[in-house]
Parts: sequence; C-alpha cells; structure tokens
Amino acid sequence: MTPSEALPDPAPVLSIRGGALGFGDRALWSGLDLDVSQGEFIAVLGGNGTGKTSLLRAMLGEQKLDSGEVLVDGHPAHRGHRRMGYIPQQKIVAPGTPLRGRDLVMLGVNGQRFGPPITTRDDRAAVDALLTAVGAETFADRPLGSLSGGEQQRLRVAQALADDPKLLLCDEPLMSLDLQHQRAVSELIDRRRQQHGTAVVFVTHDINPVLSMVDRVLYLAQGRFTIGTPDEVLRDDVLSRLYGTPVEVFRSRGRVVVVGAPEAEHHHEVIA
Amino acid sequence: MTFVDPATYLQLLGLVQNSIIAAAVLGIVGGLIGVFVMQRDMAFAVHGISELSFAGAAAALLLGINVVAGSIVGSLIAAALIGVLGAKARDRNSIIGVLMPFGLGLGILFLALYPGRSGNKFGLLTGQIISVDLPQLGLLIAISIVVLVSLLVVWRPLTFDSLDPEVASARGVPSRALSFVFMTLLGLTVAVSVQIIGALLVLALLVTPAAAALRVSSSPVLVPVLSMIFGFVSAVGGILLAIGGSLPISPYITTISFAIYLVCRLVGSRAKVAR
Repeated sequence: MTPSEALPDPAPVLSIRGGALGFGDRALWSGLDLDVSQGEFIAVLGGNGTGKTSLLRAMLGEQKLDSGEVLVDGHPAHRGHRRMGYIPQQKIVAPGTPLRGRDLVMLGVNGQRFGPPITTRDDRAAVDALLTAVGAETFADRPLGSLSGGEQQRLRVAQALADDPKLLLCDEPLMSLDLQHQRAVSELIDRRRQQHGTAVVFVTHDINPVLSMVDRVLYLAQGRFTIGTPDEVLRDDVLSRLYGTPVEVFRSRGRVVVVGAPEAEHHHEVIA
Repeated sequence: MTFVDPATYLQLLGLVQNSIIAAAVLGIVGGLIGVFVMQRDMAFAVHGISELSFAGAAAALLLGINVVAGSIVGSLIAAALIGVLGAKARDRNSIIGVLMPFGLGLGILFLALYPGRSGNKFGLLTGQIISVDLPQLGLLIAISIVVLVSLLVVWRPLTFDSLDPEVASARGVPSRALSFVFMTLLGLTVAVSVQIIGALLVLALLVTPAAAALRVSSSPVLVPVLSMIFGFVSAVGGILLAIGGSLPISPYITTISFAIYLVCRLVGSRAKVAR
C-alpha cells in the first residue's frame, strides 16, 4: 500500500466549476461541474464536434472557457503545469525526424529547459527509469519513425510521466492502435494510476478498451452532458434523454455498443 | 584554370585569413541552424529571406551605406513577414513565393542604378567574401557568434517545439516567442551568408549540410555535430580551393557541400539495406 492510498488527499486534483464553451452561437457545453479525485479514472466520451478535445485543452490551459474555471491541484489551469502529464494521440512521424525513442522521453524530462543543451547524468537516469517503467528498453534506441504505433504510444506514456504527474490528460491515446496494443497502453496508464494514485482523464470515442478501468464517464452530446459511472450512464434511457432521440445500448461480453446516436458519429460502435 | 605556386598561395592565404575565419564561423552556424531549418520545414523560407536580404544589401550599396547592415535589415524584414503572415506551412510557402521575386527584382533595380564597379554587383548574388573589408568581416563574425550562442541557449525548447509542438506547448514551451527568436536568428544567419556565398547560393550552407547529416543519423547529438562539420568543411574548403585559382569561391563551396550530401545519401541507403 502506498502512502497516498493510506492517506487519501481530500482535495480534488482537477475541478471544473460552471464550465461553458461554445464556438460562435453553438454551445458545446455549459454548466459543467466536475471534480476528479486522486486515483480516479474519468472517460470523456462523445462524438466528433462535441468539444471533448476542447475540454481537454481547457484542462491543459490552452483553451479559455467562455465562463467558469478549471482548477488543477487547486490553481487555475495553465500551460506547463509541472504536475500534469499529457498523452496525445499517435501521429505519423515524418521520415528523417532526428529522434530516437529515448529522445522523445528526454524531451519530456528536459525539453522545456533553456540553457546550454547539456544532458546531465540525472536526466539520463530519469529517462532510463521511465523507459523501464513502460517496458520500452528494447526499442528505445531506434528512430521514432521506424517504431509501431503501439511502441510510440508506450514512449508517449513514459514522456508524460517525466515529472511524476498527479494528473494524466490523455487525448485519444489508443487511436489507430490494434487491440493488443490498445490493451498494453491502457494497462500502463491504469497501472500508473493504481500504484501512484495519479488521476486520469481519458478522452476517447471508444470506451471499450478502458471500460473495466473507468470510474466515471463524462458523456458529451448535443450540447449537453451527463456524468456517472459507466453503469449509470451507458443505458438506453439515460443516453436517449441526452441525445433527445431513442438510442439503444447493447452490452455483450464486456463490450458496449451504442446504436442510433443521431450524429454522424460512430463512437464506441465498434465491431468486435 | 591555373593554380599559383605554393609560395604565392601562402601569401594569398595570409591576405584572406579573416575571410577564412568568417567562412569557418558561418559554416558552423549555418550547419547548426540548418538542423532547425530542416526540422521546421523552412528551406524555402531561407531562400525567400535571402532574396530580400540581397535587396537590402543592394539598396545599401546604392546609398553608400554599410552593405552588411542593409543585408540584415532586408533579412529581418523578410523573416518578420514570413513569421507573422506564414504561421501555417501552406500560407508560408505562398508568401515566400510572392516575396522572393519582388525582393530579387528590387535588388536588380538597385544594382542597375548603382554606378560603381560591376564586380560588386554580382558579388551579392554569387558571393564576394574576398572583397569584404576588414571591419565588415569583423561584423560578420560577431553576428555569427551571437547567433551561435543564442541557438545554444534556446536549443532544447526549440527542438521540442520543432519536433513535438503539441506536447511542447502543453509543457509550457513558449512556442510563439521561440518562433520569433528563431526567425530573427535565421534572418541574421542569412544576412551573413549573403555576404559570403551570395544570395542565390545561401541554401548550400543553410540546408545542404543538415540535409546530408539527416541522411546518415537520427541522433539529436550526432546530426547537429555532423551538420556543423559539413558546413565548416564546405565553407573553408571552398575558400582554400578558390584562392589557388581564378574562379569565384561559391561554386567550390556549393560543389563540396553537394558532394558531401551525395556521399551521405549513399552511406544512408547502404545502412538502411544493412539494417
């Protein structure tokens, strides 16, 4: 048992009060209240254009809310918060990019530091420890562009853990990974949460790979939202009310499929 | 082409000593900044800046003021325009495409109006280091050193911002400020290069060495080191070869840097097959 589990911190790691955001006259969401406690895993679900990435950007301090506030560790969210880790979705690395796996993690450790670009022994040790933590030692010295999506995302997890974050913000980190790598990467994130009490906000269009880890779901649709445990939210009546049209939720062998959502979106309508 | 005898060569060497130092510093700085030029996909911007730098230098020549200063003003105006108007790659390319012929045209106009020696005229386009006087050489070296030191100070955040902008921004790297600093440093480097190798050939020192280095390595330490060495060898080697003969310096520099690139391509593709 880690000390953090023995003495849970009562203050929420992340807290949104009366958050509202819209573009032009289209409201994405308003009146959003959310407290994320230590060690909690929150999935943010919703189709394209429902503002889930904008919400994440607000937590990162890169997007101003129209009203309300976002507090990280009790202070207004701002870019470069030391206790906040960020895992983006996998991107294609241009060939010839002068980065090996370990260099990506090194950027997380000292990339923001000005001054002569001298890598200290501590920096190197920190990178080695992070690589070990995500099981990336075997491919750490290969060029980033030659690594598979799953390998790249493992390195992204290591990069995000560089400053021992209290909060991990993940923007579709499993996108375009195959099922095996989806499981491996999500388990890495979950293990970190369980061992260090790191809170996780996980933006995704498909809840299935993380369904067993999620404590609460924030479901965005139609300029509205609903918050609750997966069992409370992923139900016919709740989602039908949210969408304003009949929606059916099927569960089979631990997977969830939502059918009939009115938008041209196929969130967690995954054919398994 | 005739080569001079060794004794005369040594004498010439003494005369152009400062030019060699200037070329050496520029080769190193050009190789270093070239790494970022490649990472930020700015090769075309370098060419655009150099044409406006040429226009500035030509204007200075016509007005009888410091040519290096004119070159710097032209460079910085171009760098600022490209930086402010061309944040996105596509906008940037169209802005450069518009600026480049305008700058070149202006420069040609100023040169046509300039009543002085014709040697100076083509020098700005194709290189003229030997004809740069001593105080100006000192200025070129000083600027190069300022760029070198500044680059080292912003090295890590600039690398982060160039290669991984999304996470860099989330980690608090000041992306806009860095972009401004980088464009300024690039403008200064281009202005120096125009004096040494000429506006039309700037890419040979600011892009080719880095492109060659990227062919043979993806280590963030080895790439800049190789690029610096390649830039240094091209610039200094070019001058050493040129002073023995009667041809201008620039073709030597461009040929050496191109040859290095070819070799690196060959080595790089061999290594890939072996892997």
